[in-house]
Amino acid sequence: MPSASTYSRPSSLDEALTFIQSTSGKALKILAGGTDLLIQMRAGLYPDTALLDIKNIPETMSITIEPNQVRIGAAAAASEICANIQLRQLYPGLVEGIEYIGSTQIQSRATFGGNLCNASPAADGVPALIAAGGTCLIVGPEGRRINPISTICTGPGETALGQGEFIAEFILPIPKPGSADAYLRFTPRNEMDIAVVGVAANLSVDADGTCTRAQVVIGAIAPTALVASDVAACLVDQPLTPKIIDKAGEIASQLGSPLTDKRGTSEYRHQIAGVLTKRAIKIAAERAKKAH
Amino acid sequence: MSAKTTYKWIGSSPVRPDGVDKVTGRANFGADHSEPGMIYGKVLRSPIAHGRIQSINLTPALQVPGVLAAICGDDFPDADAVQGMSSGESPADMRDIARNVMARDKVLYHGHPIAAVAAMSPEIADEALKHIQVTYEALPPVLNLDQAMAKDAPLLHEDQITRGLPKKPTQASNIAAVLNLKRGDLETGFSQADIIIEETYTTPTAHQGYIEPHAVIARCNEDGRAAIWCCTQGPFVVRSLSAQVLGWDMGRIKVTPSEIGGGFGGKTTIYLEPLAVKLAEKSGRPVKMVMSREDVFRATGPTSASRTHVKLGMNKAGKITAADVKLECEAGAFKGSPMQTACMTALTCYDLENFNITGYDVVVNKPKAAAYRAPGAPLTAFAVESAIDQAAKRLGLDPIDIRLNNAAKEGTVAPYGAKFPPIGLVETLQAAKAHPHYCAPLKPNQGRGIASGFWFNAGMQSSAAINLNENGTATVITASPDIGGSRASMALMTAETLGIPYADVNAIVADTEAAGYCDVTGGSRTTFATGRAVIMAAEKVIVSLRERAAALWELKPEQVEWRDGQAHPDSEASAGADIKPLSLAELALSAAKTGGPISAKASLTAQGAGGGFGTQICDVEVDPETGKTEIIRFTVIQDAGKAIHRAYVEGQLQGGAVQGIGWALNEEYIYDEKGCMQNASFLDYRMPVALDLPMIDTVIVEVPNPNHPFGVRGVGETPIVPALAAVANAIDSAVDARMTDLPINPPKLLKQLSTA
Repeated sequence: MPSASTYSRPSSLDEALTFIQSTSGKALKILAGGTDLLIQMRAGLYPDTALLDIKNIPETMSITIEPNQVRIGAAAAASEICANIQLRQLYPGLVEGIEYIGSTQIQSRATFGGNLCNASPAADGVPALIAAGGTCLIVGPEGRRINPISTICTGPGETALGQGEFIAEFILPIPKPGSADAYLRFTPRNEMDIAVVGVAANLSVDADGTCTRAQVVIGAIAPTALVASDVAACLVDQPLTPKIIDKAGEIASQLGSPLTDKRGTSEYRHQIAGVLTKRAIKIAAERAKKAH
Repeated sequence: MSAKTTYKWIGSSPVRPDGVDKVTGRANFGADHSEPGMIYGKVLRSPIAHGRIQSINLTPALQVPGVLAAICGDDFPDADAVQGMSSGESPADMRDIARNVMARDKVLYHGHPIAAVAAMSPEIADEALKHIQVTYEALPPVLNLDQAMAKDAPLLHEDQITRGLPKKPTQASNIAAVLNLKRGDLETGFSQADIIIEETYTTPTAHQGYIEPHAVIARCNEDGRAAIWCCTQGPFVVRSLSAQVLGWDMGRIKVTPSEIGGGFGGKTTIYLEPLAVKLAEKSGRPVKMVMSREDVFRATGPTSASRTHVKLGMNKAGKITAADVKLECEAGAFKGSPMQTACMTALTCYDLENFNITGYDVVVNKPKAAAYRAPGAPLTAFAVESAIDQAAKRLGLDPIDIRLNNAAKEGTVAPYGAKFPPIGLVETLQAAKAHPHYCAPLKPNQGRGIASGFWFNAGMQSSAAINLNENGTATVITASPDIGGSRASMALMTAETLGIPYADVNAIVADTEAAGYCDVTGGSRTTFATGRAVIMAAEKVIVSLRERAAALWELKPEQVEWRDGQAHPDSEASAGADIKPLSLAELALSAAKTGGPISAKASLTAQGAGGGFGTQICDVEVDPETGKTEIIRFTVIQDAGKAIHRAYVEGQLQGGAVQGIGWALNEEYIYDEKGCMQNASFLDYRMPVALDLPMIDTVIVEVPNPNHPFGVRGVGETPIVPALAAVANAIDSAVDARMTDLPINPPKLLKQLSTA
């Protein structure tokens, strides 16, 4: 069974920092939902590691819709996020992403913070989180800093977080009128599976249906979720006709360097990236039109 | 269609007797048992797929604090080849079983047990495994049929001579056995054909996928006797096989079967049991061993990968004129794939004049194949039922009509030589044709497939005992583990026969010392064969009840009739006399005065299981951009002879179809080039989950089996047989893509669609 050399469950960010400082030099893992971490510990990956449980800190646990921004605690449970009707209206694709993760039991533990910092290229929560264009509050021994979400993952299992740092919350803009997002993933099974490819599209359209802003992020075709700028560029200032959307899909199917493994071939991942990009753009565009 | 419809309990669907314990978590499965002073055993498994063991040093592991015992192959006698031990549906070779549970001389698959330890905690046992020193001479792994049958292929067993050839070969081979079945003349048959379909079909290694991993607790007493608690489909088989592996007299071992979380044939043999006994003997402590899911995938179960070549000749009227089937079947590390049953069932749905069936049993460096629901039958049914569908399409004939044209019926001689008693294939085809599903409209990218299938069903040996309690209730004791609701069906048959309420019957599964011998719960035999033992015992109880009533009434027993749970004097004896009937409860309460407690037992070798036939209708929708197949509607039609517990029969039909659907669409062992399985987890071995399936509709056809008092045929296995081809045929109907290589996963289907 998993065991930790030290375990702390602080009730404030300051208290968390005190614990981190007390463990300086030692291996430290952050426990949010634990849905990845506990399995890794059970496999013997972190034999002598201090655990910082961040599920008892107000900032990391709350979901707040403010006039100008949305704050989502890094350790807020997926089930809480999915049950937040206001958040689902603002960011339907973001909620779809985290909703895909795991079973009902896992949903009551899984978090955006854990999904991002586990840094799996196939994480369902990540593409829409990056596509939302927000930032995150990072807390660590050196103090607090705010970084774009898109800069956190640097490779499979690797993040830009320093020793003792953790993400406390995500800060997303309130979408402008005529904006919406969508997330789709492909899995051979309909549940309990890992994305072969996942695509988030986050768009703004004007009253005529012309795309004024686009962000497309694709998971599982590169070492980290891939910000598909070429796909976005092909959409902006264009009416979202089937032809344009097909072109976007065509571009998406050329991107990344997907692996061939037990979950899919490289060729297949390229094809599915194209298909899902088209479908996600269509859904996001439909939603955006209704969001005026 | 049923012979008799006046049953009070047979054919109803009461609440299962084991249900409350299971939903509350109280039920004890294999790993739930504990013994005072118990310690924990773990297995060291081969990290290579093929190699010679040069040395094993257990001493460093024994030096780890908290380790109480360590064993390897040398701790067991090297069993001589012993043929013919009963192991459910196929005979077992004891030498192979012994060398499969613990390697000797060679390791033959990645995950092959090579040593085991017992320690004070699972963590210490895991740590101790790291200290066992093993040196191997690595040998090139043989990972598929072509590699195994290649000239100069590395041999798994240097002494294995192919059996079943007209002339005994002198050279050893990876081909363990060849089988041939034929009738008529192929050349003549093909010359009468208007069309010929010729195709090769392949299926991957697939696992039974029972949710409960293998688990055992063993205790050795000071008097040299041992007790085993384990999850198994057959406690007597565990006793016999474990005793032989240990070199013990089987009388020293008592086996208690736990509740079982699925078996599907995979728990009809042994893996951990003799290791746990040996570790318990050496340590002097009870030892618990539980497999991880990874162990289950790497070292138990699976069923064979296969390649079937079919050549089918048919005339324009849709009559099969000739069929040539060649099956090559991977046995895993030791001989004994289900090649034989795959050959015997290949063409059994049809009445044929000219056929030839040849099968090859081929060893490869993968885990030894174990029985899996209708072993072998799905492999050849996938091939033959696909080919028949292709023929129907080519001829423009209805796929049900083409099967009716050729269907086996009473009097047909099966390819394996048996002449069929009443069977229900035609009835299932007619029911399929009449079902609203068969004519429901389809949308674009949707398609409908039909397939039929057969399984023999087994009889074998069973025993049962019935004890009447003084309040008039009954306890039914058998040693047939309940994997599909058999306690409920035993209780229903007892209630019906004795004429008492279902709720008054308590059916239990007992250990090898409390119950009479029963073969495994396998071969779809339990409701048929153990059911017959239960009915026989109930009839003996009735004889006793009539004697008791006769004694009280001062009549002869033959003057007493048993009706509706009561003893009645016959019409002659009751004429002019005021004799009130005596209920079972009244007779049980007065038993002390009439000869003592009332009980009976019965044992038999049950003959005449009655073949099981089924037909399935599958609708799919294919996403042409992703190659993903959704099952949108599925109907299972099957001859149950007589459904004892209707809802459990429906459950068997649904469960079998689901396993077939999984095998058709996503399930497969994925190996790297060294023979290491890459997807040994439920995450990546993609069995279907609830969201992948529609509610599966069932139609129970009842053509009674004359060899069972209520007409029962086995139902558990047949429903997996047609499902693979039903899915493939539906996909072809949807998107005009004939898929001959399972699984039909999205990348494979998309590739086929883009090259078509």
